[in-house]
This record gives sequence, structure tokens and C-alpha cells, in this order.
Amino acid sequence: MFARRPEAGPSNVAVTIDGQPSMARAGDSVAAAMLAAGLLACRTTPVSGAERGPFCMMGVCFDCLVTIDGNPNRQACLVAVRAGMRIERQSGPAAIPVEGEPSA
Amino acid sequence: MTIDERYDVAVVGAGAAGLAAASECARAGVATLLLDEQPSPGGQIYRSITTTPLADRRVLGSDYWYGEALVREFERAGAAYAPRSTVWAVTPEGGGFEAGVSSDGAARLVAVKRVILATGALERPFPIPGWTLPGVMMAGAAQILLKSSGLLPRGRIVLAGSGPLLYLLAAQLVRTDTRIERLLDTTPPARWRVAARHAFAFAVSPYLAKGLGLLREARRAARIVEHVEHLEALGDRRLSRVRYMAKGRSEEIIADLLLLHQGVVPNINLASAIGCAQRWDASQLAFIPVVDEWGASSVPGVSIAGDGAGIAGARAAEARGRLAGLHAACALGRLDPAERDRRARTSRSELARQARGRAFIDTLYRPAEPLRLPQGDTIVCRCEEITARQILDTVKLGCIGPNQMKSFLRCGMGPCQGRFCGLTVTELIAKARGVPPAEVGYYRLRFPVKPVTLGEIAALPQTEASVQAVARLAKSED
Amino acid sequence: MTQDFDVAVIGGGLVGTAIAYGLARLGRRVALLDEGDIAYRAARGNFGLVWVQGKGLGLARYGSWTQLSARRWPELARALRDDADTDVALEQPGGFHVCLSEPELEQRSAMLGKLIAQPGFERYDFEILDRAALASRVPGIGPGVVGATYCRLDGHCNPLRLLRALHAALEKRDGAYLPLHKVERIERKDGRFAIETGGGRTAAPRVVLAAGLGNAALAAQVGLAAPVRPQRGQIIALERVRRFLAYPMSTVRQTDEGTVLIGDSQDEAGFDVTVDTAIAATEAARAVRIFPALAHARVTRMWAALRVMTPDAFPIYEQSASQPGAFVATCHSGVTLAAAHAFELAPRIAAGELGPDLHPFSAERFHVRKAA
Repeated sequence: MFARRPEAGPSNVAVTIDGQPSMARAGDSVAAAMLAAGLLACRTTPVSGAERGPFCMMGVCFDCLVTIDGNPNRQACLVAVRAGMRIERQSGPAAIPVEGEPSA
Repeated sequence: MTIDERYDVAVVGAGAAGLAAASECARAGVATLLLDEQPSPGGQIYRSITTTPLADRRVLGSDYWYGEALVREFERAGAAYAPRSTVWAVTPEGGGFEAGVSSDGAARLVAVKRVILATGALERPFPIPGWTLPGVMMAGAAQILLKSSGLLPRGRIVLAGSGPLLYLLAAQLVRTDTRIERLLDTTPPARWRVAARHAFAFAVSPYLAKGLGLLREARRAARIVEHVEHLEALGDRRLSRVRYMAKGRSEEIIADLLLLHQGVVPNINLASAIGCAQRWDASQLAFIPVVDEWGASSVPGVSIAGDGAGIAGARAAEARGRLAGLHAACALGRLDPAERDRRARTSRSELARQARGRAFIDTLYRPAEPLRLPQGDTIVCRCEEITARQILDTVKLGCIGPNQMKSFLRCGMGPCQGRFCGLTVTELIAKARGVPPAEVGYYRLRFPVKPVTLGEIAALPQTEASVQAVARLAKSED
Repeated sequence: MTQDFDVAVIGGGLVGTAIAYGLARLGRRVALLDEGDIAYRAARGNFGLVWVQGKGLGLARYGSWTQLSARRWPELARALRDDADTDVALEQPGGFHVCLSEPELEQRSAMLGKLIAQPGFERYDFEILDRAALASRVPGIGPGVVGATYCRLDGHCNPLRLLRALHAALEKRDGAYLPLHKVERIERKDGRFAIETGGGRTAAPRVVLAAGLGNAALAAQVGLAAPVRPQRGQIIALERVRRFLAYPMSTVRQTDEGTVLIGDSQDEAGFDVTVDTAIAATEAARAVRIFPALAHARVTRMWAALRVMTPDAFPIYEQSASQPGAFVATCHSGVTLAAAHAFELAPRIAAGELGPDLHPFSAERFHVRKAA
């Protein structure tokens, strides 16, 4: 659904999306990286389970919520990709780890 | 980046207005902090201007690249810049203000004497059936993907709505050889006649040549359907078709991406939560903060500049930013009023120039009522998934305003804090009750205006009084 | 234009609406007079507890009144399901009051012991739990928790849905809801109360003042006293998280929608409803000590609301001696007492007699001189 302009340069930042390796471009937001990887939806809502994806790309719609490095409900359009980043799509409400140690 | 504990002025937002305001303050010797939610300056209009991969300047256009000069000016002026820093609260403290800032996962309080809000605008809600489907996005989102990441939409792309940003996006896509399936223009037919009243002003304004040029470009590669009245996004789990009605005929086309836009409105959440008075503007169909000719709001010490004080475009935003910055510097004693006025002259005439023709644009591109006021099962509040029917049923129950509505239905209680539903809810209630939107009012907004973690709040300073108010060790529980 | 009713209830919050609903269920023609969209509205600022433990120290009768309400709450929930087609999410699994230090736990236990030992107090069981015992019942308890007190009678509901359900149920029972009818004046004439409001005139042989902080001024007009003052309470609301908490706690609860509410503060700030950052920090810090995992959950809203507080914190229920037919009802536990208000208080108002067992709640206990 989205293709990269050639002058954008190489996509050489290695991240994982739902455990699968994916290459992102340095400077991309997580939302842009997911859209570039062909994922239009990034979560299902806690209210009805409907699928949602990035909508405004400027941090005001809160539809692009994903779990980043174990931290849930992060706005993907406001976080830049980083090598080794673990991006996970969300299902329903944020899962906070109540049993045992909370993640960093 | 280390943020100090105190500054003279905090500027919130690094778009045209914020950059200009911070530059004027810093140049006048004011200790200035520019707080930017984004990782690099430019706001939305000049988004990613220091990092965009689109080096060929013809793609984004000269209006965009003008912003480069603003950033260079800011970099030279001597203000402190805090990227990736979200302001979630501004509260009065010790004669000045305390800004709650969340930066890289940690919250802190910054003490300042004055605040300039330059939080800009956001796209007006566009509540059509199916607008929550993946594959439906705002047109501004596509523009951001283009500017920041060099990403182009592919497949069957439909643009829909009305307003300069839509045509600008169409032109930019055309310049990158991106095929647009349809541009569905929802500007109603009668509107040209109404707008013509302001046509002379428009003709001598900076907008005319620009506007006509964009339309010509867009027409070259996109099929434009005019006077589109009804719009629906259809699909099972993703957008797959767009249905629309034009000139009495219904059409349904296959679509992979639907990009919506019907204008921008001020982002008032922070100003409103601070307590700045707002007024309903019937021509912009939005709530606008009440400000004077220097941008001073109803809260002493808080100024509002740029599109956040009323939509007028990037050059006007820059002018108002300069005026707010000069006003702050004068109020802090760094400039005498005569010097402030002298430095303000160019901005004042630029503002006048930009204002000419604004009425034409506002009238022409006033979004059509059926596309502002949904019916039935169309979702109004995206976060809490509240429909138009639910809202109207609740008005029938006696619910007279958006705050009661919020407590009855949870609409407006989600993380976006009403940014994508507030205007729709106010107008739906107004129409159902038969009273003007000004009488209905808007959501009462509170801090935090952006989410901050409980852990960040927990790390903020406590006092003996606050501990006593909560733990109440000496008193008995009741 | 005057409208005629059997009872005019002033105040569309939890107290007024519950009483109005109770009256409507008895077949009375009820008008519920309310203000506009922006008002102090303690009802919209609520935490949502249906809470028994700890109540009544200094007035045993209040302990009984509270327990009565808790007992009849399931009945209210059923009635609202029937009349308003709404589930107000009542759960009564028992509740915990968590303590974060030994002195806190000691003071809490001592207070509960003293409470239950009061002469005439309707006794109930409670447990004092150490950290290990608490952790075995409530997963995720942090290492900084020292213990808790538990009472089987405690519970919670969805307070906003409760208010909405009461309104819908009132309408179902043909009650008239009149917003934008802020009461300016009440005058007794020919055995009826003529009520002047911003939206018109209403008249009824009975009037109930349930206007929260507004009661103080209105009471004097009908020969009653309602010495109430605002007491600020702050609440922090977190985003929806996956269900982790099955019990209500006095300062943390997870709602049926999955959001998490954190309280509980009390301070005297007049009519100021701005959020005090330091109080928010203290509430947040305590909540994070109770459930460390919540540190990563995000705050979506914080608000301060005004409790309607009497001098001894207990309710005022009274019928005017000089102007019979005028009643006042005020409390700061509108959620817990909703069932008592609908099923116990409303019938007495309808009968024109509150009864001797509610006499301890009259404002005479404050020795306040009333206007004739």
C-alpha cells in the first residue's frame, strides 16, 4: 500500500514486528515502518475488538497504539525505530505484567 | 537533552508559530525553551524539514521549503530546544507557571514566567460510515508519510473532501507519478456563488495563483468528481470499496486507500485545559481561543500563536508567532514598547496580507453539513466507539451538553480527549436541540492533555500536605 | 408556565435522581430539576465504591443505614436492568483497604475495632491481613505493601452508568427531567411549594432538596438547615488494561470497562476543582507501591471533584418543621447509599414522614438555628 521513494535510501534498521524480522529506514516512525511493511492495521480495540491502524500520523488520534519493547499502548507515529526494537501489534486492552516483575 | 529547571518563557510546539516566537524571544535576550513533541522541528506544515528524504524540492514545493529559513533562524537565535518532549500540563505556580513535560519516558516540571502555546491545528473530523477501517486515513497522514519517510501510497488511491491541503497533496502525488484513482471533491455546488462575495479579496490575495496552480496540476493525473454529496468506506476488516453520490448518481469503486480531508481546526486542548477562554467561530465552524492582537489569551501570562489561535495558514502563523514572542519579551522588560512595535511592523503587514482572501477560502471550503454531522451507526467517538444514534438518543433523554454526554456515554473520554469527536458532538447536540453550538459548548478539558504514565506522575514532587491529604494517618476513615 | 407535580426533587445528581426514581416507582408524579451542562456535579466525579467497611464511627446508625443500602443494592441493580435496560456492573466480592506502613495498619485495625464495638452498632466481620495473606488473594501486590483490612460486604459499580441508568429509569417511570432549571427561589403558598427556576416555574406539595452544595442556600428558604461545605477529592484514571484486579480497594479499582481508577484524597480547597500536582503524585506513588506494574499504564484523565461534606461527615435527612413537605437529603456517599435513597428514603418522603430511626440524621444535631 505504500512504496518507498528511491531517494529515501536503504532500509537497514533491523526490527521485529510480531516476532518477524523487518527492515525499517532510519528516521522512520514505528507507524511508518509498519505501513511500509504492508501492515495497515496495528491493533484491535478494547471496546469492540475492531481493527484499527494509523490514522492521523501526528499523535492526536491514538489509533496507532502498539507495544514497543514490552511497553504497551505506545503511539507508533511518535516513536522512531531503533535497531533491535520489538514491535508487537495489540489485541484489546494493554497487557500490563501484573504477576512478577514489571518489564523495563 | 537536559532541560533546566527554569526559563523565562516556554514555547509549546515547533511549527511556524513556535519557531518564530522562540526566535524573537531568544533574540531579545529572554531565556527561552522550545518544547517539541516531534523529534525534529517544523510542526506539521514543515514536518521533517531538516530530515526529509525528498531532496528534489519540486515535489514538496516552495511553500514547504520556506520553512527551512525559519529553522535556521531558530538555530541561530539562542533558545533551548527540547525534542520528543510532550507537555501534558501547565499550571499556575508562584506568579508564573509550571509546565509538566514528559520526555523520553520521564516526567518533570519546568518553571517558567510566561507560556506561548503554538500547538497548531489538526484535521477536522470526517465521520463517514466506515471511517475507522484500516485503509482509511486522513490526507495529512499521507503527507506526513511522504515528507518524513519518503513513502508514497500505492494501489487504488481515493482522495476525498475539500480544502487546500487536499489539492496540495494531490499535486504532490502527481509530481511523484503516483496515480490517483479519484479525487472526490465534496465542495457543494452553490458554494462558489457564496464565496464569490469575497472573490475580489481572494483575487488580490496570495492564495489565488497558488490555488489555481494546484488544481491544474491535480487535474492532470487524477479524475476529479465534483459536488460529491455522500461518502462511505466499505469493507470487511479493511477498506475495499468507496461508495459516493454525485449529481444524484451513486457510484461504488474499488479502493485500497481512502484519504480524507475537510479542513483543519485549532488544536485547543492544552489552551482549554489551562483555562483560556474559547469562543465558537461560525465561519470556521470551530472553537477558537480568545486572544488579543498580540496573541494574549484570557489567562495572564499565556499567549497563543499560530493556527492554534484560529486557522490562517503558515505565513500568518509565523507572523503571529513573532508578535507573541515580541509581546512576551516586552512584558519581561527586555524590549520597550516602542522597540516591540517597531519589530512587529513587518509581521503586522504580513498578517494583513494573509488575511485578505481568507474569508473566501473559509467560505468556499466550509465543510458540508451532512459530512460533519453523521447519522445512525456511523461512529462519532472513535476511541470509545460511540455512534451518532447513541448520541442523539441521549439528547432525547434530556442530555443537553457534551460534558453530560461524556458522563452518560463515555464519548470524549478516550485517549484522544475529544480531538476527533468534540466538534461533531457539539454540533450534533446543537442541531438536535435547535440551539447554536456556542450555547452548547465543548468538552471541559483537563490535564494531562497527552497521556503520561502513572510512574511518571508518581515521581513528581510530593509535599507534607499532599501526603496528609492522601494517607490521612491522623484522621479516621469514613 | 407553571408545571404541576406531586414531588419536585431539586438536584440531578446521584442523590436527587435516586430519590426521584424511588418516588416514580411508587407512582408519584416527579419533576427532577437540574442545572446546565457545566456544574460542580459530585455525581460525575465519583470513584464508584459501594462501601461498608469503616463507616459510622461516631454514629452507629450510619453503619446500619450503609449496610441496609449495601444489602438492597442488588435489588437496585435489577430494577435498573429492568427499567433502564442498563447493567450498572455491581459487584460485591468484598473489598480491601490497603496499608503501606505498620502504623497505617495498626491505626486502621484499631479504628475498625472501635467502630464495631460501638453500642448499637450493627456488627459485621472484617479481616486483618498481613502482606502474605493479601498477596495470596490479590496477585501483583507490591513489596511495599504491609497489609490490608478486608470486609465481605464491600463492592463497587460503574458510577457514571449508574447516573445514566437512574435518569433513563426515571424517564421510563414517567418522571420529568428538567435540565437548565436552576432553582432560584422556593416559596410556600397554599400548601404547595412554588419553585422559580431559570427555565420556568414548577409547583408541588412536596419538595426535596438534593442539590449538593447548592442545598446550603436553598435550605434556608424552606425552614431547613444544610451546613455543607466542599471537600476536594482527586481521582486519577488510567487507560484500559487487561483485567488484573477482581476486588475493589479503597484507593484502587479496576472498572468493568477495564480502566483503572485511583484515589483517594481529601483536602479543603474551597470550590477549587483544579488538580493539585503534589496530591496526584502522592496518590500515584501509593498506587504504584500497591501494584508496581501500574507504573507503565498511562494516565488518561485526572480530575478533582467536590464532596458535599457536613460538619461530621454523616448525611442530613430532615423534614422541615415550619414548612412540612419540604425535605433535605445530602450525603457524600451517593453511590453506596443509592439503594437506600431509592427504596427506603423515597417511600418515607412519599408518606410525608421520615420516621424516628432517621432522626439521628437531622441537622438539629449541629445545633444550627434555622430560619423560621
